[in-house]
Amino acid sequence: MTSTAPAPRRQLMAGSEAIVAAAVEAGCRFFAGYPMTPFTEVLEAFARRLPPVGGVCINAESEIEAVGMAWGALATGARAATGSTGQGLSLMMESFSEIARAELPLVVINMARGQYDYTQATRGGGHGDYRHLVLAPIDVDEAVDLVPLAFDLADRWRNPVQIYGDYLLAHTVQSVAVAPRAFPPLPAKDWAVDGSLGGTGRARNINSLGLVRDLKGIRPQELWTRLQAKWDRMAAEEIRFEAEHTADAELVVVAFGSLAKFARYVVRQLRAEGRAVGYFRPITLWPFPKVELDRAAGGCRRIAVLEQNAGQMVEDVLLSVLGRVETVSIGGISTDNSGFGVGDLLNADEVRRRIEGALP
Amino acid sequence: MTAADKRSLPVLDIAAPPSQAAHLVGDFRPELLRSSEHDLCPGCGEPVAMRLALEVVQELGCAQRAICSVGIGCYTNFTLTMDVDSVQCLHGRAPSVATGIKRMRPESLCFTLQGDGDMVNEGLQEVVHAAARGERITCIMLNNGVFGETGGHMTATTVLGQRTKSSLEGRDAGYHGHPILIADLLAPLGGAAYVARGSVYNAAAITATKRMLRHAFQAQLDGRGFSFVEILTMCPTGWFIPVEQGPQYLHEVLGAVHGVGVLRDGDQLRTTRELLAEPRKGSR
Amino acid sequence: MTAIVSRGTVRLDVEACKGCALCVPACPPRVLSMSTARNERGARYPELVPGCTGCGACRLVCPDYCFEVYKFDEPVVHEVGGGEA
Repeated sequence: MTSTAPAPRRQLMAGSEAIVAAAVEAGCRFFAGYPMTPFTEVLEAFARRLPPVGGVCINAESEIEAVGMAWGALATGARAATGSTGQGLSLMMESFSEIARAELPLVVINMARGQYDYTQATRGGGHGDYRHLVLAPIDVDEAVDLVPLAFDLADRWRNPVQIYGDYLLAHTVQSVAVAPRAFPPLPAKDWAVDGSLGGTGRARNINSLGLVRDLKGIRPQELWTRLQAKWDRMAAEEIRFEAEHTADAELVVVAFGSLAKFARYVVRQLRAEGRAVGYFRPITLWPFPKVELDRAAGGCRRIAVLEQNAGQMVEDVLLSVLGRVETVSIGGISTDNSGFGVGDLLNADEVRRRIEGALP
Repeated sequence: MTAADKRSLPVLDIAAPPSQAAHLVGDFRPELLRSSEHDLCPGCGEPVAMRLALEVVQELGCAQRAICSVGIGCYTNFTLTMDVDSVQCLHGRAPSVATGIKRMRPESLCFTLQGDGDMVNEGLQEVVHAAARGERITCIMLNNGVFGETGGHMTATTVLGQRTKSSLEGRDAGYHGHPILIADLLAPLGGAAYVARGSVYNAAAITATKRMLRHAFQAQLDGRGFSFVEILTMCPTGWFIPVEQGPQYLHEVLGAVHGVGVLRDGDQLRTTRELLAEPRKGSR
Repeated sequence: MTAIVSRGTVRLDVEACKGCALCVPACPPRVLSMSTARNERGARYPELVPGCTGCGACRLVCPDYCFEVYKFDEPVVHEVGGGEA
């Protein structure tokens, strides 16, 4: 954005609406999805916002077909997305793993039920080796920045990128400005199929098996080895995190997503009261900022992992410090009777109580 | 002249084009196939069907707008040699990929290439919804009544009495249930424009099947809705019969259940039962 | 001597043939029969005697794309046999 451009208009938007507005602004022209709480409003917003810009939104007959349709749209070179909540993403896993190995730039919008899908998002539930780059916004404001980044990273790496949201993010209304973001130029999608090379002897084929048109067959060893190297580069180059007050902290609280906003708020509060507490938040859940966390928490006496599940991100924290720092889980299961992930843990007083309880 | 007499006739040299003045009436392979090589079995019906589809794409002048979504089966081998843009899909999942392609590139000629196991087992939901939506794609199903690529197992189209590795004594209605005639499920749907079932068991059936493919692609080009061509093909390997019995088995066993003909064309709707009630053409 | 007319002929890609022999019963004038010799992949392949009509049925049914089919500009007459009816 240049200084001569008019300031983007801020407006009140629920997280789902803002994410979709940002996706359409970033050039997403195809979406397919299936209604499921708390993701449904994303589908509704795409259904409203895509047709006026010449895009396509399909309410597919199931999540499996939704990701299949996005796969086809991606194959034509379009920016395309799908999404659901964790349960729906479970259905898409076979396709996710193939799409990643076919090097298609899928963007996945996960409006999770709380933080229960961390392992699913970061390890994947599909077969074989593949990685999704996962971005977890702390609030609607950050989500609006991460969405265009997701489309850019997906195209830049030719790899799926997931936005990890949740019920709270979906339904929180914030004043946000959805504006175009500038990124360095991307290579042309000369791999995309449009039929035009048919009959020339050089027709294109998009596949996940390393098919080689020398008529002899597929080369999965070569493709998958190259992909492994690509994921290693992504892991080295795409780490994003946020940290505060870690240099002299005795306790570092690690949290992600919506719950991290509560943790950050409480840590700042405790700091103001003179307590030696720090805060660390991975923005990329994959690649997890292992070295950065180890560096930030290296001098502290204890790490407290605050997550809303039975213990998923804590495994990445443990891998980061490799036993050098005592690590405790202070989060846990917390959901109301709907199961949608809005639980008592999403409360500043409760978070403060748990963090105070972990102070060494 | 008897066959014995014919065997005493001189064998002609056919390794080279004729020396007498002649004109070519049929190429070795379609232009849209870069090589005749494929790994499919002797006597397989799928390459016969592939030729028809690729010839029709060429004859309609659509080589440079055709995009094929390929399922998983023996026919997947053709992605190595077919000179048409293609996307490799998961088992059963070509119709949704074709949907995404067609919606973003409405001017393309989008077709799927699937087997019966792929489409009617794994992908039943996909093709039914694509047809109901009237998705302007053409789904082609190569039906040999078995999962050929994995070695000859029962699919949803395997006929009663047919022996496979998972129906060793023959498909039994009480234990295995009945086959699904997918064309009958698709033909009545509002979005379906053209639904037909052909066969490659002999030259006449092959010629009729090529016409069906032409009508189906034309329905897509005209924007009339979803089109579907099922093509009965031989799989002597998966049927555990000698190669030379393939065409007869196809016509008399599969063809007696999966009747050939046109089930839907615009407002005209027929069932397989009605097709089978007509006198069967081409008994051998 | 008998005169047999061929209105067409074929060219065979011998090495592409996998020996399925489906062309033999598909040929309406029955002028194809399998060889005793074998090609490089070990398969017998079809041989042609006079009487081909150039109908192309063999080409249609062949799974391995082994046939080119020709129609003669003028029918070719083969004088065959010697003293046989």
